[in-house]
Amino acid sequence: MLDQKNYRMLLAKAHSLIALLLMVVAFSLLADGFLSPDNFWTVMRQISVNLCLSVGMTLVILTGGIDLSVGSILALSGAIMAGLLRRGTELEVLNLHIGYGVPAAVAIGLFVGASLGWFNGLMVTRFRVPPFIATLAMLTIARGLTKLYTGGEAITGLGEVFVRTGSGRWLGIPNQFWIAAGITLAAVVLLRKTRLGRYVYAVGGNEEAAKLSGLNVARVKRTVYVISGMLAAVGGLIVTSRLNSATPIAGEGLELDSIAAVVIGGTSLSGGRGSVLGTVLGALIIGVLNSGLVIMGVDPFWQQVIKGFVILLAVVADKLHSREA
Amino acid sequence: MVMSKHSEIVLAAEGITKCFGGVKALDGAHIKVHAGQVTAVMGENGAGKSTLMKVLAGVYQDYEGRIFLNGRETAFADPRQAQERGVTIIHQELNLIPNLNIAENIFLGREFLDVLGLIDCRKMRAKAAALLERLDLRLDPRTNVSKLRVGQQQLVEIARALALDARIIIMDEPTSAISRHEVDVLFGLIGALTREGVAIVYISHKMDEVFRIADRITVMRDGRTVGSAPRADMAPEHVVRMMVGREIKDFFVETETTRGSEVLRVEKMCLPHPDRPGDFLVKDVDFLVARGEVLGLFGLMGAGRSELFEVIFGLHTKVSSGRVFLEGREIRIFSCSEAIAAGLALVPEDRKRQGLVMDMSVSASVSLASLGQVERFGFLSNSLEHALARDYVHRLNIRTASYRQPVKHLSGGNQQKVVIAKWLATKPKVLLLDEPTRGIDVNAKNQIYRLIHELAGAGLAIVMISSELPEIMAIAHRIIVLSEGRKTAEFSHSQASEESILKAALPGSLSNSRQENAPCGVKS
Repeated sequence: MLDQKNYRMLLAKAHSLIALLLMVVAFSLLADGFLSPDNFWTVMRQISVNLCLSVGMTLVILTGGIDLSVGSILALSGAIMAGLLRRGTELEVLNLHIGYGVPAAVAIGLFVGASLGWFNGLMVTRFRVPPFIATLAMLTIARGLTKLYTGGEAITGLGEVFVRTGSGRWLGIPNQFWIAAGITLAAVVLLRKTRLGRYVYAVGGNEEAAKLSGLNVARVKRTVYVISGMLAAVGGLIVTSRLNSATPIAGEGLELDSIAAVVIGGTSLSGGRGSVLGTVLGALIIGVLNSGLVIMGVDPFWQQVIKGFVILLAVVADKLHSREA
Repeated sequence: MVMSKHSEIVLAAEGITKCFGGVKALDGAHIKVHAGQVTAVMGENGAGKSTLMKVLAGVYQDYEGRIFLNGRETAFADPRQAQERGVTIIHQELNLIPNLNIAENIFLGREFLDVLGLIDCRKMRAKAAALLERLDLRLDPRTNVSKLRVGQQQLVEIARALALDARIIIMDEPTSAISRHEVDVLFGLIGALTREGVAIVYISHKMDEVFRIADRITVMRDGRTVGSAPRADMAPEHVVRMMVGREIKDFFVETETTRGSEVLRVEKMCLPHPDRPGDFLVKDVDFLVARGEVLGLFGLMGAGRSELFEVIFGLHTKVSSGRVFLEGREIRIFSCSEAIAAGLALVPEDRKRQGLVMDMSVSASVSLASLGQVERFGFLSNSLEHALARDYVHRLNIRTASYRQPVKHLSGGNQQKVVIAKWLATKPKVLLLDEPTRGIDVNAKNQIYRLIHELAGAGLAIVMISSELPEIMAIAHRIIVLSEGRKTAEFSHSQASEESILKAALPGSLSNSRQENAPCGVKS
C-alpha cells in the first residue's frame, strides 16, 4: 500500500533524515566531544525552545501565513512571568500589593502570548493586513513593550520553583525537552486527527475552495496565530526559567531560526503542504549544525554564513525533487 | 486610398486545428479578413472564437493549419512578432499593469528614449494624449490605470493597439464592459480605421452591434467555421440558425416527469455591479425548483449565471438582495456554512480554483465539507473517512489508484466527480451545478449526465448552469434563460428549441424586451 504520495513524502523525509545523519557523522569525526551524552542533552535543550516556536510557525505557514513576532512575544511573556514573580503588581489606589505564585505567573504569561497572537490574527483576517506586515509590526511592538516593562534591564532571582520548571529533570530527561515533545505530539495529533488540522491544510491549499466548502477561513487563521503566540510564550517560560532571568533581548532572531526549521523540514511557504515531523527534523538539523560548528571552534560570523547556505541547499533540493516527481 | 484595395484579403487562415490536452478547441477552422472591413465572428461559448483569434495573433504556436499574411504563408513565433508585422489583439481579459499610468501602459516595452537613454516622459505623454483624444477619453495620461473603470481600461487597451500602428486589429468582445457612449465612440473609431484600410476582426455576442458595424459575418460552431458571408446576405435569424444545430451523439434523452413538491424558490435576486453604480450583474431573477426536477439555467458569458448561484449560496451578502425559500419557509443565508446547513450544495464552475484543494487526498476531499460525520470522540477517524470515500468512489465510479492519492493526479472528469461527491456527502436537498461538464471528456460527460438523472430520480432538486445548448436540452426538465443579468425566458422541456433559447440569451437582440431601471428589491 505504498502509493505515490506516501512514497514521495517518505522520500522527502528521507532526504532530511539522511542529511541529518551525515551531519552527525561528520561532526563526530571533526569535532571532539560532539558525540558525548552531555552534548546530546545540550543540543536537545537548545532545540526545545526552537521547537516550541517552530511548531506554531508550522501551523501558521501551513495556512499560507507567517509569524515574525514569535521572538518578541517570547521575550515579553517571559518578562511578564519574571516581573510578576519578582515584583508582583502594585495597586497604588488601594495601596495593595499582589504577589504571584508560579502557576499564576506562568498562566498570565501564556495568556499574554496568546493575546498578542490573537491580535496578529485579527489584523490579518479583519483588516486584511498581509501576515508579513502584521507580524513584523508585532515584532517591534512586543519588543518595545518588553523593554518598557523591564526598564531595559534583566529581571533576575526568580525563585527555585520557577527555575526548576525549565531546567529540572524528570525521569532523567530535562523538563524543557518533555515540554517540547508534548507540544510536538499535540500538534501532530491536531493536524492529523482533528477538524481544525484538516482545515489548516485546506485554507493553505486553496482558500477559495475552503470557503466554498463552508469553512470559516478567518477563524482558522486566527486560531493558528493564537496557538503560535501561546507557544512563543511557552518558549519564554523555558528560556526565562533556564536562565533564572528575563532579559529585554531574549529571543532576538529566533523567528528566523524557526522559519528556517520549518522550511528545511519541507513545509511550503505558500501553504497547504508540510508536516510537523518535517519541522522536527529541520529543528534538529539546525541544532546539530549550531552545536557542531561551535565545538569545532568555527568563527561565529562564518557560522551564520554556513547556516544560510544550509537553508538554501535544503530549499533547492526540495524544489529539484518536487520538479522531477 | 483606392477603393478596390479595400476588398483585398490581408489575413487568412485555413484548416486550423488546435487541441488542449486531447480536447479539440478548433477543428479545421478557417477565416478571411479583408482590408478596410469589419469581419464579425459569432458563435456560442466554446465555439472556438477566442482560440482562433489567439492563433491569428501568435499567442498559440502549436496548431495545425496555415496562416497567410498579405498572401504569404506565415507563422508567428510570439505575439510580439505578430505586432511588429501589424497584427494586434485586444484580449477580453485586460492586460494592463494597474500601478503604471496610462501613458506608461500604452508604450510599455516601446518607451521613447531621450539622448541620455532615459525615458522621454513628455513625448510619451503627448503621444498618449493624442491617442486618448481620438478615443474621446478625457483623462490625464498620467492617471494610474488602477483608478480607471473597466470600460476605460478597455479603451486604453485599444489606444495601445492604435499606438502600434496595427493594420489588423482583433477585438475580443470589446464592448462587454463599456458604456453606451463609449460604444458609440468606439464604433466611430472603427469606421475611421477601416477608411484608412485597417482590417478589424470583431468578436461579439451582441447581434445588434454586429449588424450595425460588420461588413462580413463569420459564424463558428464546435471549433469549425460554419458560414461566412457579407452582412447584406445575412439576417439575425440566419446567424442564430447557424450558431445552433450542433449534433450530439450518445445523448441522454430525458423524459418528462411529474413535478414533486417545491424545494427551492428564489425571488427578486439582485447583485449590483461592483464598478458601475446603478448597473446589475443579477437583476430581479425569480425561479423555483421542485423535488426530483432538473432546472437548466442557460446564458452566454457574462449573463450573470455564476453570480446568481453565488448570491444564493451566501457569497455576496453585503451587497446582494432577494428572498430565498426552502421547502416553503424563508431562509436567510449569510455565509457558505449556513447555506450548507440549510441543505444547499454548490459545485462551482472552476474546479481547480474553487472546487478542490489539489494537494489533498481523494478521501480528505470527499469529507471536507462534512467532517463532522467522520469524527469519533472529537477526532477524525481514518476508517470512517475511508468508508465515506469508498462509498462515493464506488457510487460515482471515480477512477483513482487509492483514497490517499492527491486529487491533482486525477483526470478532469474524475476530479469533477470528487467535487460532486464532496457535496453529496453533505446530504443536500438542492444541488447547484455550475458547468459540471466543462473541460472533461465525452465519456465522463455521459457519466455525469447519468448521475444527474439518478440524483434527481432519488428526489434531489437540481439546478444546472450550462452554456452547451444540446446538453441543457437533453438534461433539463425546464430551462430558464438569463441575459445581461435578467431572466428573459422560461421553457418546458417540450417547448424548448435551440433557436428559441439562443434568441432569448443573445443580449440586446431579437426577443428581449429590456426593462431598464426597473426598481430592484430593497435589501431587508
